[in-house]
Amino acid sequence: MRKRHESKQIQGAGLRLFPTRTTCPGACRVSALSELGKLRGKGLGAEARDTKAAMVFLGPWLVGLVAITLGPMLISLYLSFTDYNLLQAPELVGFENFTRMLEDSRLQNSLAVTFIYVLVGVPLQLAVALLIAIVLDKGIRGLPFYRSVFYLPSLLGGSVAVAILWKQIFGTTGLVNQFLALIGIEGPGWISDPSTALSTIILLHIWTFGSPMIIFLAGLRQIPIMYYEAAQVDGATKVSQFFQITLPLLSPIIFFNLVLQIVGAFQSFTQAFIVSGGTGGPSDSTMFFTLYLYQKGFGQFDMGYASAMAWVLLLIIGAFTAINFYASKFWVFYDD
Amino acid sequence: MTTEIQPLSPVSAPVRPSAAGAQQPQARQRPKSPSRVRLRAFGKHLILIVSALAMIYPLLWMIASSLRPNDLIFREPGLLLSTFEASNYSEGWNALASPFSTYLLNSAVVVLGCILGNLVSCSMAAYAFARLNFKGKKWLFGAMLLTIMLPFHVVIVPQYILFSQIGWVNTFWPIIVPKLLATDAFFVFLMVQFIRGIPKDLDEAARIDGAGHPRIFLQVILPLMVPALATTTIFTFIWTWNDFFSQLIYLTDPKMFTVPVALRAFVDATASTSWGSLFAMSIVSLLPVFIAFLLGQKFLVKGIATTGIK
Repeated sequence: MRKRHESKQIQGAGLRLFPTRTTCPGACRVSALSELGKLRGKGLGAEARDTKAAMVFLGPWLVGLVAITLGPMLISLYLSFTDYNLLQAPELVGFENFTRMLEDSRLQNSLAVTFIYVLVGVPLQLAVALLIAIVLDKGIRGLPFYRSVFYLPSLLGGSVAVAILWKQIFGTTGLVNQFLALIGIEGPGWISDPSTALSTIILLHIWTFGSPMIIFLAGLRQIPIMYYEAAQVDGATKVSQFFQITLPLLSPIIFFNLVLQIVGAFQSFTQAFIVSGGTGGPSDSTMFFTLYLYQKGFGQFDMGYASAMAWVLLLIIGAFTAINFYASKFWVFYDD
Repeated sequence: MTTEIQPLSPVSAPVRPSAAGAQQPQARQRPKSPSRVRLRAFGKHLILIVSALAMIYPLLWMIASSLRPNDLIFREPGLLLSTFEASNYSEGWNALASPFSTYLLNSAVVVLGCILGNLVSCSMAAYAFARLNFKGKKWLFGAMLLTIMLPFHVVIVPQYILFSQIGWVNTFWPIIVPKLLATDAFFVFLMVQFIRGIPKDLDEAARIDGAGHPRIFLQVILPLMVPALATTTIFTFIWTWNDFFSQLIYLTDPKMFTVPVALRAFVDATASTSWGSLFAMSIVSLLPVFIAFLLGQKFLVKGIATTGIK
């Protein structure tokens, strides 16, 4: 028990130092989840003696929790039942915002677009991340170089600048079509065609596989080499080693990457906003839920509706996370 | 060696002394002559290099294109430069109402404020969670962990209303103040984990010498948690620099634009007429992140070495 705890600490310490966009918070969230579990039933005893000092040290965070997080959460819950445009006082309208959603076909379309983005983009991104991590894990020369090159896009991928680049690359006379022209193919305007526009943004998401890759790399190093040696002695093929050793032992890391990337992908905004010029077009094909929320809230100042949408998003993300946790019982293997 | 692995492979263990069991693994390894191993390694490197190049090709091409005249950007998929057009940079720099330096400076102010805010507020909260005993700690710690997962959009509308009523729209406060109040909870958690790894004996020794919590925090804990602070600094830098949503909604006055918001205005203003200068300013905007990444890489290697992860 003690030993296990220590190894966990070391692992946390290692992951925490990876400067990656999600690794660090990723790792943090990973251990944050396990921390939450540990909290159950562990009392503090009678040593509530530092309360005064604690109030000082926790002061800023407490103010933030109340004024910046919990307060606004409750207010947005209240606003979701009102009609509010910033100018007049909010007017209670009951469930009207939510019933409006049922009739709002653009909103339903934005949900569909977001679901496709998440359900296609996240698994593909993780698959690529895992593949590259496994190739890099086998003590390859020049690992730091490859790791940096594969990782760099995930640092830059969320920026407006890269979204601008994407807009050019997949434009009618963009880089992709220039290459296609070299082999005599006239490519479509990827971004101006509603049937391909979303795919380009999904591709951008896959391009940023570097941060889950770093988490996978850290996870792969935790697998004792002894297991592979034993399997080799027994004549196991590389493929069966992967399915019998690597995948089961890595499954907790895959699971947490999955949870994190899904939570993150639901909140994607910048890429779709820039690539579509803020419209979510063509024909709403890149209208992400967050983009529609932005248009409603900060374009039309329909704050009640935007708040209701935000809560729907929270519930969807919560539901996805819960489903993930439930499903994890069947495929995640804990080496306890 | 064999005795160690036997428990893991009970089924095949009895077979091992027999010809089939013993020779198979050897047969697997023997024919791999050094040259074949080298060939395989070479093939692997070739695949890796090609895919790595494919990954960063768009970025390299953007750099090359930022040095080309506009019409060439739509005709030249290669990286070689036939002409050298530095004018894209000067044109891009002055394409908007203010020179681009204004936006860089605005971004720098926001980023510095956020870094300072995160370092001070998160380390204080982390010290309380890691070292102090107080009532309700369990609940507060749980609440802190949960806020890590909270989507930003759930609080953005009321936050916007709050800040606009204070009159903070078109100031940097709506972006910096939340950091001063430790709302980036994962940094709190990161630091809590780090402080937990610092031996408590050090605190005890300081306490026996008469130090109170402020002194223990400032003179014992803070100097020891520099790696965690450095990690926080790098992440805060990169995320704040790239952050678009909150800067987009709070900064609507062109004079207050940060780099991402200015770039967005640039795209809207020029549509597809001056990709060269648009690319040039995009490169300028990515440069600080790239530099932070290079510094962070160094830090990464050091972190791996000191924490014992190979």
